[in-house]
Amino acid sequence: MKLRTLTAAGMAAALLALAGCGGGSDDASSGPVDLRMTIWSANAKHTALFDQIAAAYKKDHPDVGKITFESIPFDSYTTALTTQIGGGNVPDLAWILESTAPDFVSSGALAPIDKDPDLLPSTTATWEQGGQLYAYPFSTSPLGVFVNTDLVAAAGRKTPAQEIASGNWTWDEAVATGAAVQARTGKGGIVVGDFDYKGWDALNSIWSAWGARPWSEDGKTCGFDQPAMVDAMTYIHKMVFTDKAMPGPGVTKDFFAGDSSMVITQISRAALLDKAKFKWDLVPLPKGPAGPYAVVGQAGIGVLKRGKHVDAAKAFLAYFTNQENSAKLAQFFPPARKSQLNTATLAKANPLLKPAQLQSVVIDGVERGDIKTSHTGYAELQQTVRAALDPLWKPDADVKAVLSGVCSKINPLLSK
Amino acid sequence: MTLMLDKPARSADRAAERAPYWTTRRRDELAGWLFVAPQLAGIIAFVIVPLGLVVWYSLHEWNVLAGTFDFVGLGNFDQLTSDPKLGPALRATAVFSAGLVALNLTLALFLAVLLNQKLRGTVVFRTLFFSPVVVTLVAWTIVWGFLLQDNGGINGFLDSIGVDGPNWLRGNTTAMISVIVVQLFKGVGLNMVLFLAALQGVPADLYEAAKIDGASAWARFRRVTVPLISPTILLTSILTVVGSLQVFAQIAVLTQGGPGTSTTVLVYYLYQQAFQFHHFGYGATISLLLFVIVLALTILQWRMRRRWVFHED
Repeated sequence: MKLRTLTAAGMAAALLALAGCGGGSDDASSGPVDLRMTIWSANAKHTALFDQIAAAYKKDHPDVGKITFESIPFDSYTTALTTQIGGGNVPDLAWILESTAPDFVSSGALAPIDKDPDLLPSTTATWEQGGQLYAYPFSTSPLGVFVNTDLVAAAGRKTPAQEIASGNWTWDEAVATGAAVQARTGKGGIVVGDFDYKGWDALNSIWSAWGARPWSEDGKTCGFDQPAMVDAMTYIHKMVFTDKAMPGPGVTKDFFAGDSSMVITQISRAALLDKAKFKWDLVPLPKGPAGPYAVVGQAGIGVLKRGKHVDAAKAFLAYFTNQENSAKLAQFFPPARKSQLNTATLAKANPLLKPAQLQSVVIDGVERGDIKTSHTGYAELQQTVRAALDPLWKPDADVKAVLSGVCSKINPLLSK
Repeated sequence: MTLMLDKPARSADRAAERAPYWTTRRRDELAGWLFVAPQLAGIIAFVIVPLGLVVWYSLHEWNVLAGTFDFVGLGNFDQLTSDPKLGPALRATAVFSAGLVALNLTLALFLAVLLNQKLRGTVVFRTLFFSPVVVTLVAWTIVWGFLLQDNGGINGFLDSIGVDGPNWLRGNTTAMISVIVVQLFKGVGLNMVLFLAALQGVPADLYEAAKIDGASAWARFRRVTVPLISPTILLTSILTVVGSLQVFAQIAVLTQGGPGTSTTVLVYYLYQQAFQFHHFGYGATISLLLFVIVLALTILQWRMRRRWVFHED
């Protein structure tokens, strides 16, 4: 009797556990469902807007209870998200960084979502597989150059806007300006946002000017030892150690605190200049040997297949990113919608930026830019390249030898 | 015949029925179990079960994103024996541990002896050296990160006295020295306090007798102090060795294992494999290796105590 009771209880527990683990369907009988989205922003203005959109959604959807936006620090975001997934605490929706998109899409972690025909095809490529869209590219943010025009003037250099007007906004001019600011004012020259001599992939904002790529389009062949990358990295090395146009390893210069003349970063950082005590400008990336170019950072929102309320999450995602809400989100996250990629919509959402800046940096950038580097197993590649590139950040480094070393380290990972 | 056999059996049954179940012995036994129950439950929930799970995970390949959990037998252990990154990680761990343990115990003992004197202001210094122990580890490390930058506080100080300081966190050797020093100042206060307590337990008449016999200060320290505080030296050395093998936050915040892989110690490598690269099964295997290393070193120290710890045979 006892044994039978125990067996029955065990079976029931196992079935309940299986039902709980299965996910993927909504239990309508259990009342309103709560949704949870992981994000990496802790900006109060961002979360206030998200909460406002969620509140409007809940008004018309009594089947939805709480919608929470769980902020995880950017540095450990993907690690924390995958740990949550591994631990069975799967969020319903999640922001996903473009670099890890191949891992999430190819593993089958995300549920397919409807593709809005208004989305620019170039912005959805990263998130597609087999003709299906697996995440909505809610933020398609081109990299631009913020300029402290006071420091540039103090160094006796033409401003980048003047260089653009004369058709001379090139990397050589940018480096000359950065070097002059460093030499004459003691402040930093050109800062590459999120680089810090560890996040090497941020350098794609420079090496793309040489047409260089860390690996081939199909991800199988290393690109670090190719002539374009060797030229670009030689140029960057010279910029740091000879021209001193860029703060060296272990030196921090915060552009937004007025400590450097230029920073390459995404336009969403313009909010940090709200109370800037210096005159500033936003310009596109300088021209390089391969001509004009643009690099675009991207974030998607995906519905986790193993979340508890997949259908409800899909419905909320469709609302969160519809025409109306996408226009609201545009003040922080440049939209991937054709209909909204115009100065009228963007100017309304970004009062700090002039229409000309929005046209040249955002609209032109999104339309012609390359999405930042990504690959399956990106975290391992990222760390392996970081370790192999470290010898490059010394004044006497042999650039070509170091880059060949990078390839020998990552070739086994690329061929997986 | 049947009756003869039945009689004693029945009376024994009756006696058993009459005897109270809760004898003093049983009550004491129950009380004992109740006293240890919380600790036992904690050990089962937070040590035995996780350890069992780690062993279980180490036999599997776990793709978190795909949601697959495949049995691979000893595949992860095979990978461990042929992993080219494991050797450098073990080497970095050994360098870090050796450096930290030697410096920590020496400095802690030196400070304790110094602050055991009956002089004015020793309480202030004791507090000063102990205070880093209670500071949050990550906050402590972030502050040191700023100080160790090329244009940070330490090089600023060195510059003011005419010395050109190195780029501490960018050189293979200086980065390792930096993480050791950051951890040294964070934890030395705890060992210092333990040594202080031990020093204050050394009978003063032994020193007086040694002095009368003409022993020098060094001889008194070597022949009286060290033997009498040797149990504390054993305790602190075990704690420091185990702690040094588990260093993580300092590496994650200061160097992220670099430059190159010069500061990629075993725990950081484990973290990379499991949580960054999503090789959870292999990460579990590395953690078992770490467990074995910690266990072996602790047993070794415990066995060696008989040779040098006073009061041990």
